[in-house]
Amino acid sequence: MSSLEIRNLHVSTGDKEIVKGVSLTINSGEVHAIMGPNGAGKSSMAKAIAGHPDYLITEGEVLLDAKSVLEMESDERARAGIFLAFQYPSEVPGVSIANFLRAAIQARMAEGEEIDAAAYYKRLYEKMDLLKIDRKFTSRSVNEGFSGGEKKRSEILQMAMLEPRFALMDETDSGLDIDALKIVAEGVNHLRGPNLGVLLITHYQRLLNYIVPDHVHVMIDGRLVKSGDRTLALELESKGYGWVKKEFANA
Amino acid sequence: MVEQSASMPAVADPIGAFTEQALERHLASLEKAPAFWLERKRAAYAKFASLPLPGRTDEAWRFSTVSGVSLDGFTPAAPAAAPAQRRPAGIDIAAAATLAFVDGRPAQAGPIAPELAQRGVVVSTLTQALAEHPDLLREHFMAQPQKLGSAKFAALHEAFVEDGAFVFVPKGVEIDAPIVVVHAASRPQGALFPHTLVIADDGSRVTVVDHFVSAGDTRQFACGANDLYAGHGAKICYAAAQCWSTKALSLQFNSTVVRRDARVQSLNIHLGGGQARHESLSQLQAPGGFSEMLAVTVASGAREFDQRTLQIHQAPNTKSDLLYKNALLDKARTIFSGLIIVDPDAQKTDAYQRNANLMLSDDAESNALPGLEIQANDVRCTHGATSSRIDPEQEFYLKSRGIPPKAADELLIFGFFEEVLNRLESEELHAALRTLIRSRVRM
Repeated sequence: MSSLEIRNLHVSTGDKEIVKGVSLTINSGEVHAIMGPNGAGKSSMAKAIAGHPDYLITEGEVLLDAKSVLEMESDERARAGIFLAFQYPSEVPGVSIANFLRAAIQARMAEGEEIDAAAYYKRLYEKMDLLKIDRKFTSRSVNEGFSGGEKKRSEILQMAMLEPRFALMDETDSGLDIDALKIVAEGVNHLRGPNLGVLLITHYQRLLNYIVPDHVHVMIDGRLVKSGDRTLALELESKGYGWVKKEFANA
Repeated sequence: MVEQSASMPAVADPIGAFTEQALERHLASLEKAPAFWLERKRAAYAKFASLPLPGRTDEAWRFSTVSGVSLDGFTPAAPAAAPAQRRPAGIDIAAAATLAFVDGRPAQAGPIAPELAQRGVVVSTLTQALAEHPDLLREHFMAQPQKLGSAKFAALHEAFVEDGAFVFVPKGVEIDAPIVVVHAASRPQGALFPHTLVIADDGSRVTVVDHFVSAGDTRQFACGANDLYAGHGAKICYAAAQCWSTKALSLQFNSTVVRRDARVQSLNIHLGGGQARHESLSQLQAPGGFSEMLAVTVASGAREFDQRTLQIHQAPNTKSDLLYKNALLDKARTIFSGLIIVDPDAQKTDAYQRNANLMLSDDAESNALPGLEIQANDVRCTHGATSSRIDPEQEFYLKSRGIPPKAADELLIFGFFEEVLNRLESEELHAALRTLIRSRVRM
């Protein structure tokens, strides 16, 4: 069993502090949802944990199985088992999904070890079938000209192939219609299991109808202000964020 | 003429070891060559000897490191040397025929498929072609003007060329599989003059691949030329993979003639050479002609890649499309100088030219000199040069999947080149060239 422990995390971009001391532990097998209004610092936190160079961790710790990841480059963090599903995945013209994933898997192998191409494609096609992705998809350039739904499915496919220990899913529901959302949620539910911990970032509770979280946290102005189970999400849905803010201000 | 002061370094030797005696030795070795061939060689030699080496003020050599373009220390092959036996390794593709040359001399090569020979296709050495098809050589061998600055070296090539590839495809004959020609350099300090001449008669179709390789990483001088002639309605796909030693001086002159409704696609892949210059001239001589000029360059180390192009539209309703992409690493330099000329009566010309540079290092340098000379009034001509860095978001995306920075750069370079390689119609050729590039690019 693994754990991803976020301890008193402070994150800045430029000279602006966005995340102001977040502590949270995710164990494998658990799905945590972080909800909060735009600008609360949810995405910044995810990017900082993944090692984005523009998001500076000024204080605190991120521990993967009690080992700090902060000295690691982003590619090392990924190989250690942290996966960021992007809200806006980059387009990589001229690089096919198949070659992109192959490079990512090759990077996880020992030096001198070569990927078994037949086994690789077999596995890739299995995952694609699971996610209801057309096989022609593999020869398309990564995210280039993809619809919103295709981009998100491509993220889930990558996650399925790379088998991370922890997935940080940044606004996976944004830009999706209800059918696309269902397909993506189904994919995540397939991957859910005792070996994976998930941090689900969203500002709508809609996604949580399809991916049911074990824990729900509310983030406002860079801090986690309330935690609970999935009923908290339903409460937020009916009452909005206003009451949590008020409650937090009065505390 | 600039007066020389005593403190200036000695002027570089304009002929080096390529003396008249060396020429005579070379001519004496060509026992069976027809008289016209020897005369042409003598005339070419006189031109070579009379022209100066490029100077710093030559417009055609602007931005080039002209001090590197020197003949010092290079020697022509001794005429008595035995022909090479071993066939050098080529690219991995099923070929209709193969030819191989080592230091300009024929080496063991695969036979041409019998059904092609029956249809009159000729894949032979220039020496054989001189005996069997002298008129074709007279008409097409280095018959086009040298307009891009290397007249001296083109003359040197013509004077000293020993042998090379000759491909003739008769009227209406279409060949699917490529004809593969390997030109290998084996001698340290050796000069060699690789040549490939492709003549596609009316309505024919052919693919020819030139592969330039060095044995060992030594200093060499490759002074090569290739002539492509596409008759009415003919279709030529020509791909060249330049993989000379990283210490080589490479000068290559490409000339393309496109006749009525003909189409020539040429792709030059530059991977080798310490200093490599490539000059490419396309002449669109009759209506409906189309020349597609493509190149990809991996410039690494402190090497220099210098590309000079000229698209001349001599007839109405002709089209040319140039796309040259350079990936620059380390302290490499690239130069792209491209000119489109539209003659007064070449109305409805459609000419395009684009040079794109991907900068992977702050110390690398790309220079671009695009130009237009339009004398007709009803034309569409577009040109542009861009220089870009890797998008940091893109790089983070790749790294966030666990791909280390060097492998990420390699992927992005390949992605950058795909736009060019995708223009190839043949999947097999595309895959073979991609593999070749990958084998040379491993970072």
